Amino acid sequence: MKIVIIDYGAGNIQSIMFAIERLGYKAVLSSNSEEIKAADKVIFPGVGEASSAMKMLVESGLDTLIPTLKQPVLGICLGMQLMCKSSEEGDTKGLGIFNVDVVKFSNKVKVPQMGWNQIYNLSSPLFSGITDNEYMYLVHSFYAPLCNEAIATTNYEVEYASALQKDNFYGTQFHPEKSGDVGEQILSNFLKM
Amino acid sequence: MLTKRIIPCLDIKNGRTVKGVNFVDLRDAGDPVELAKIYSDEGADELVFLDISATEERRKTLVDLVRKVASTINIPFTVGGGISSVEDVEVLLQNGADKVSINSSAVKNPQLINDLAQKFGSQCVVVAIDAKQIDGEWVVHLVGGKVPTEWSLFDWAKEVEQRGAGEILFTSMDNDGTKNGFANEALAKLSELVNIPIIASGGAGTIQHFVDAFKDGKADAALAASVFHFKEIEIKTLKNELKNNNIEVRI
Repeated sequence: MKIVIIDYGAGNIQSIMFAIERLGYKAVLSSNSEEIKAADKVIFPGVGEASSAMKMLVESGLDTLIPTLKQPVLGICLGMQLMCKSSEEGDTKGLGIFNVDVVKFSNKVKVPQMGWNQIYNLSSPLFSGITDNEYMYLVHSFYAPLCNEAIATTNYEVEYASALQKDNFYGTQFHPEKSGDVGEQILSNFLKM
Repeated sequence: MLTKRIIPCLDIKNGRTVKGVNFVDLRDAGDPVELAKIYSDEGADELVFLDISATEERRKTLVDLVRKVASTINIPFTVGGGISSVEDVEVLLQNGADKVSINSSAVKNPQLINDLAQKFGSQCVVVAIDAKQIDGEWVVHLVGGKVPTEWSLFDWAKEVEQRGAGEILFTSMDNDGTKNGFANEALAKLSELVNIPIIASGGAGTIQHFVDAFKDGKADAALAASVFHFKEIEIKTLKNELKNNNIEVRI
């Protein structure tokens, strides 16, 4: 199986590489359109600020490629947010795969949300074998509100979508690669799709 | 609910754990990777590695360690100690560290906080603040509490938040090593003052101290070293007790 992690200069890629290795697979890093298109699974990572990450995607031409991919694609953290219609962070236009606008937490709670929080209302094969209220590791200041494409819910000031799915596209706000054994199970579910 | 975090801290010198550890079942008590794995399995929410070595090869040794830790454990970890430039941080993050903690270098060059936040995002920038009271005022200190600075704890905390820090690790030098509890009053004041998470450090001796740090000190996370290393407190027992005290934890 060929697993490609999209390399566009944003993201803690090494942790994802190691997590995939622990599951017994190998991933390659690539920014090459043909290589990404030919992969069996594509992971779209991201940490940092939305508008600068989006700028890097546009510069590499990957912004037009990603929405056309046919194999399972998993966006993680900022990767998931960039797959949405837009983000309030840096007033950024997203890839528009998920029909939802990413907004910021209010200052009634500590921002960023940093740490372990529960996921529930799980409704996707991505969570096969995972029960509601397991804890995932999250670090983020912006979130996707609940919407039709939500496949997991988390509560931090508001109930929001902590994972999204549309057809072959999946996104998790949490970091499966940093969320203990349950996180690794989710990653494994994705790789087995 | 977002849970309160329990964070064991490992002091590292030349790639090895310092401070004796009391793990009889450990093949090599000086191996940080093995210790990290045990803490992760026992339910630690994050780990902090503080490098205190001063040799020429320190950077390479630390990078090797970060790679080994990142390939072995599946929870987040922070690396601190002697980090003073964007390049230092880049190599640690590239090798699998989730966050870095900066201390003296931030006081000497506050712009470093802005630069790191801009390049890597606030989520990976932890500013560690060591402070102790002088005539009733909390004063930021450097070099393990030996050198006082011009900064008051609260002014400096506000400053680092504005510059883009994602989290503050506050160590009370007055409490550190005493095992008499965390500096809860100062912690609570910090927590009200800034809107980023606060990690409490210095003074852990009993389970009740952790309860107090979360309830009275309003801390988001608590860090400790020797009580965990010497098995005076087991992480599983600690988290169960926190839960019994209606504090949200990941079990």
